[in-house]
Amino acid sequence: MTDAIVVGAGHNGLVAAAYLARAGLDVVVLESSPEIGGATRSQEAFPGFRFSVFSYLVSLLRPEVIHELDLVRHGLLLVPTASTLNPLPGGDCLFREADPQRTYRHIARHSRRDAEALFEYKLEMRRMGHLMYRLQRAAPDELAAAIGDRVAESAEHLDVEVSAEVADIARYFLDLPAERLRGFVQMLTMSSADFLGQWFESDVLKAALSSSSIIGSMLSPRTPGSAYVLLHHYMGEVDGVYREWGFQKGGTGAVAATIARAAQSHGAEIRTHSPVARVLVSDRRAAGVVLANGDELRAGVVMSSAAPQISLGRLLDPEDVPGGAGAGLVERAARWQSGGCAGKVNLAISGLPRFECMPEPGPHLSGGITIAPGLDYVDRAYDDAKYGGFSERPFIDMIIPSVLDPDMAPPGKHVLSCFVQYAPYELAAGSWDEGQREAFGDAVVRTLAEYAPGIEDQILHRQVLVPPDIEAIAGIPGGNIFHGELRLSQLFLLRPDPAAAAFRTPLPGYYLCGSSTQFGGGISGGPARLAALRVLDDLRTADTAGGGSAEAP
Amino acid sequence: MPRRAPQGTQAVQRALGLLRSFTPEAPEHRLSELAAAHGLHPSTAHRLLGVLEAEGLIGRSPDSQAYRWMPGAPGAGDAAPSPRYNGLRPLEPLRTPFHRRTAALCESGAWRDWSGYTCVETYEPTPEREYWAVRNAAGLIDVSPLFKYEITGADAVRLLDRMMTRDFSKSQTGRVMYTSWCNEDGHLLQDGNVQRLARERFLVSAAEPCLRWFEDCGWGMDVEVRDVSEEIGVLALQGPRARAVAEAATTGLDFGAMRYFDLAAGEVGSGAGGAPVTVTRTGYTGDLGYEFWVAAEHAEALWDALVEAGRDHGLLPAGLLALDMVRVEAGLVLIDVDYVSASHAEIEVLKATPAEAGLGFTVKLDKQADFVGRRALVLERDRGPAWAMVGLEVDWFELERLWSEIDLRPQVVGQPASRKPTPVFAPGGWQVGQCTSRFFSPLLKKYVGLATVHADAAALGTELDVEVAVGYGRRRARARVVRRPFFNPARKTAVDPMPGVDE
Ligand SMILES: Cc1cc2nc3c(=O)[nH]c(=O)nc-3n(C[C@H](O)[C@H](O)[C@H](O)COP(=O)(O)OP(=O)(O)OC[C@H]3O[C@@H](n4cnc5c(N)ncnc54)[C@H](O)[C@@H]3O)c2cc1C
Repeated sequence: MTDAIVVGAGHNGLVAAAYLARAGLDVVVLESSPEIGGATRSQEAFPGFRFSVFSYLVSLLRPEVIHELDLVRHGLLLVPTASTLNPLPGGDCLFREADPQRTYRHIARHSRRDAEALFEYKLEMRRMGHLMYRLQRAAPDELAAAIGDRVAESAEHLDVEVSAEVADIARYFLDLPAERLRGFVQMLTMSSADFLGQWFESDVLKAALSSSSIIGSMLSPRTPGSAYVLLHHYMGEVDGVYREWGFQKGGTGAVAATIARAAQSHGAEIRTHSPVARVLVSDRRAAGVVLANGDELRAGVVMSSAAPQISLGRLLDPEDVPGGAGAGLVERAARWQSGGCAGKVNLAISGLPRFECMPEPGPHLSGGITIAPGLDYVDRAYDDAKYGGFSERPFIDMIIPSVLDPDMAPPGKHVLSCFVQYAPYELAAGSWDEGQREAFGDAVVRTLAEYAPGIEDQILHRQVLVPPDIEAIAGIPGGNIFHGELRLSQLFLLRPDPAAAAFRTPLPGYYLCGSSTQFGGGISGGPARLAALRVLDDLRTADTAGGGSAEAP
Repeated sequence: MPRRAPQGTQAVQRALGLLRSFTPEAPEHRLSELAAAHGLHPSTAHRLLGVLEAEGLIGRSPDSQAYRWMPGAPGAGDAAPSPRYNGLRPLEPLRTPFHRRTAALCESGAWRDWSGYTCVETYEPTPEREYWAVRNAAGLIDVSPLFKYEITGADAVRLLDRMMTRDFSKSQTGRVMYTSWCNEDGHLLQDGNVQRLARERFLVSAAEPCLRWFEDCGWGMDVEVRDVSEEIGVLALQGPRARAVAEAATTGLDFGAMRYFDLAAGEVGSGAGGAPVTVTRTGYTGDLGYEFWVAAEHAEALWDALVEAGRDHGLLPAGLLALDMVRVEAGLVLIDVDYVSASHAEIEVLKATPAEAGLGFTVKLDKQADFVGRRALVLERDRGPAWAMVGLEVDWFELERLWSEIDLRPQVVGQPASRKPTPVFAPGGWQVGQCTSRFFSPLLKKYVGLATVHADAAALGTELDVEVAVGYGRRRARARVVRRPFFNPARKTAVDPMPGVDE
């Protein structure tokens, strides 16, 4: 008898399954596509060349998940990407290295003040990241209750029961110095350009730092709210060091494979080619799922890692949701903001690119390389997309996986991973046909060639992916990389829906565990872990109440 | 802002870029390859390479299919430290203006990064002789990586008085002031020396960059702050023979009249017409000594004059390991070793006020000008600092006792000063602080260390335990709180210091 079903074998679905199986539940994961991984899949797209098809770097993966699921034993191997190079026009560049002294010197060429300010900025952002880390570890409803109650100074009369940990977080939050709270509010509301403008004077550094504020978001660095996306990326850490990034050997698909092995080691079963059509309801609670082929699979708990348009839309019959909450839920899910904005261009190349600023091979090629030479540049790239086109001169965030992991390409040859903005889900003129895809790919190569002359002649193969491809392959409606924009209107208690913000949904026994919940998107496993712990907690409560299966209040 | 080359200089830049591609590691290049690497049209590259060849700066390979590196050609890539980067880029390791001299003498190959500069750790494989040169004769230390800021303008004094804890209304031209500076919470940002070069001209030296802080503090004032770090080379000449060497190496300076923390201008060399040099009677060794501040282009002349003059006085160039040993003996705190700058401390408990870092003497709460951090420091004065910087001393018999447990004589000699914090305990009890710099002083024949401890454990004579490594084990050694500096010779501050004083 199956105890729990998880919809979707993206990394979050797999994490949820692993936690449930580890607790002794009989778990089945149902994945519609032929492969696991969702947005974290790797693929040998051309013989000898392995691509991390969509996502490319790991930082947000929670240490709790790594250690509790013993992922290192199951194959996790993160190679650090220690530097960031921003090539600039005219053979100039901005280079940030692991060594702070050298970074100081690089930036001092552009502005000595900024070179100093960067260290204070990083310190403050680490503090902010730490604050987010504390906040995100708690389920949002409990946290809100705790904070709300503290503010009302009636801690003894909490409506919602909170754990000691949550109370501790609430206290931590309220004890923060005023300037940190101010910074936090700024981060939630300001544009990253304005936020960074409080620290820095040089446009190139502001543009470089603003990169993390637009990743995956249909925002310009000048759009209010973009500062939060910056913060989201500062929440990431490797081994306790915030803001570190690592490349998983074999590509991010290996992260999913690692988690799948952990789940299987605890007895979870993973079925691909198994699209779920809807959640089965009996007795006003989730009782299993119906597959697209009509098969039924019964279980007391159903978790979905899919985006809200699927989880709270397609999979639910509004009639089935108790208390008449269904219609509103389904309608709100349809209005969820999750248009894609990014494309991915993966290149197989015959040799290392030669950047005009640093033509020879060197440590800069094993770090991130970002084409974002100025705020105006990025803003213009955004403008193109705002009016329904792709950026003629796009923002590109690039790594060379084969420098970090020689297994990614044949000896001497390389793969280049380009995350590209902006590419809207729908084009104003025409549609994403072959011609438009190729034109987008050409714009990327043309842009690269401005900084790495000759690269166009090094390209052996090219894979161009735009939001409709992300939708089709990874199953994310709209193709938004985070399963929904990370903006205040879609965060915390509103993520993905006020009625389903704490992983529970109004349908008892049915839970959410993907990127559209607390913690948000990225390869983190954070939402799934918290969701699974919530399920286990509910099961325990139901047990002591004499129930025997999950019973949400 | 990215620097764009003015029209016409582009060809020169391109030619130099091409020339720098030729290195001993990569001696041969084909036209097509160079053109692609430098983003040039092959015909442009051909034209430029032709000029370089005609000028004898590059040659042709035997089959004349490729261009070739010419050993020793001026400007060719053999002088470029790293073939990895385009020569026009700023990524070469930084060199102090004395680098060619220090590199020629660095037998050990032991280099260390200091603020991005490659500096000699020890010239010889072990630092002993360099250490003893400072204490017994004279040592010459390249301390150019210090950050240097020139502060000029009618409000220069006003700015310094607002930022610094010392009273700059009392500063005099020709004097140097050692001071702290704090943030608004009274937490220490840095400590450093301020030279008053003229009525409205000062030079601040600091371990870490602080241009932004200075500029922000001077908002709205008639003052300019300029980072001159890379323009000035600094040599510290330290030790009992420092005066004799300094006198022989310079002209126009009256070393007899120069008091501790005085500053004077003279010339390098024994005859007139030498390069201008500023000399301060300062140093980081607690000994008699001078620091020489010279424009980078005259750095080598200064080095040569001092080394030449030092030949008969036992002068040795000394590296950073020796410097670290003598500065601990002198009881001088080091930023980010003995205290954490408030601009680096991620959490509050790591921060320190000047008093807590042993720099309380630099704080003039009763000075006329209001200064950054004053309010907090007044409160601290009333309350008393929570922590104190103390000198700890472990005597020889205690060391003998500890090592006898593993049947050895004390194994303490020949180890450079350690910067790894180690816990300090109440005797047999709880941790009361940490010892951040320590080593066995061969001069004093004691184990000495700088420690931060709770204020109530800081009285002179207090007995404390400090953790030491004995073999593979960790033991607690009984230490005593003693006066700093551990070593404080009269010659350090003596008027008209003569050889023989303290020797
Ligand atoms: C181009 C791109 C680049 C990115 N780069 C990075 C990066 O560098 N670093 C980073 O941390 N993050 C990155 N991300 C974001 C990150 O990859 C995602 O946020 C994360 O992988 C989402 O994981 P998930 O498990 O929540 O959802 P998904 O990975 O989307 O998995 C959901 C799964 O559910 C399946 N599914 C959907 N509906 C059904 C159904 N009805 N029945 C059965 N199965 C179903 C889907 O097929 C899919 O496999 C990137 C994303 C994209 C698209």
